[in-house]
Amino acid sequence: MITKLNVTSIFVLDKDEALDFYVGKLGLEKGNDVRQGDYRWLTVRVPGAAGAEISLEQPGAPLHDEATAEQLRELLTKGALNGLVFTTDDAQKLFETLKERGVTDFTQEPTKHFYGIDLGLRDPFGNAIRIVQPVG
Amino acid sequence: MSRETEELHRRLLRARDTIDRAYARPLDVRAIAAVAHLSPAHFSRCFRAVFGETPHRYLQRRRVERSMFLLRETGRSVTEVCFDVGFASLGTFSRTFRAIVGETPSGYRRGNGPVVVPGCVQMAQFRISRCPAAGPSLATVPASAAKENAK
Repeated sequence: MITKLNVTSIFVLDKDEALDFYVGKLGLEKGNDVRQGDYRWLTVRVPGAAGAEISLEQPGAPLHDEATAEQLRELLTKGALNGLVFTTDDAQKLFETLKERGVTDFTQEPTKHFYGIDLGLRDPFGNAIRIVQPVG
Repeated sequence: MSRETEELHRRLLRARDTIDRAYARPLDVRAIAAVAHLSPAHFSRCFRAVFGETPHRYLQRRRVERSMFLLRETGRSVTEVCFDVGFASLGTFSRTFRAIVGETPSGYRRGNGPVVVPGCVQMAQFRISRCPAAGPSLATVPASAAKENAK
């Protein structure tokens, strides 16, 4: 049987800029950063958690021809690709912290729902990020 | 060329996010276009080319989607809901609601009860389709089923 989601991946336009955002602003930690020839295997993850690593992938060779990569970049930047959902222990405090760190692309300020408090933002490239503080 | 397209898309997305976030305020195309650093006319053309509808129409659908939520989930009056979601007049709200949903706000309220999926899912799934012939979505779940879920 499968025991864990190990790695998921999102597309980014630039790995260094992604690292700056996901580690420097969002507060994740760097996981793997390994070079194999031209390829850089770069992941981030929630600090201290034995959860999934998030692989940051740039569209392009060797996986995509240039026309496909261009399509992916255009979809990414218009917000048509998938995003990430995290949990937090304090949505309001996190919101304040993110603002202090210079995050401006909020799609939703902390909002109370029956399942908890959540907020939404975008990474620099257009990926949607939702962060939920569950009830209880 | 591609890089320019990406930057334009990202700015248009930022403007669209502003509509999603600030729909309740008295937004107009000029204010939204400023978010994308474009003139209103150029912004509307680009927005339509990238997202398939005008920013005005997108804003209307966002407001109507939010009003449907308030009609289902709260006891606020139709007039209160109208102003809650950013419409400036009850006449415009009712006309827009009917044009998009196909029935009056109070008729919609009678036929639909609370639902229990998270807000982000509602935002995506309850947005009124641009194409009236689109298949069933969460929004078509009968009131009885939604109430069953809520238990």
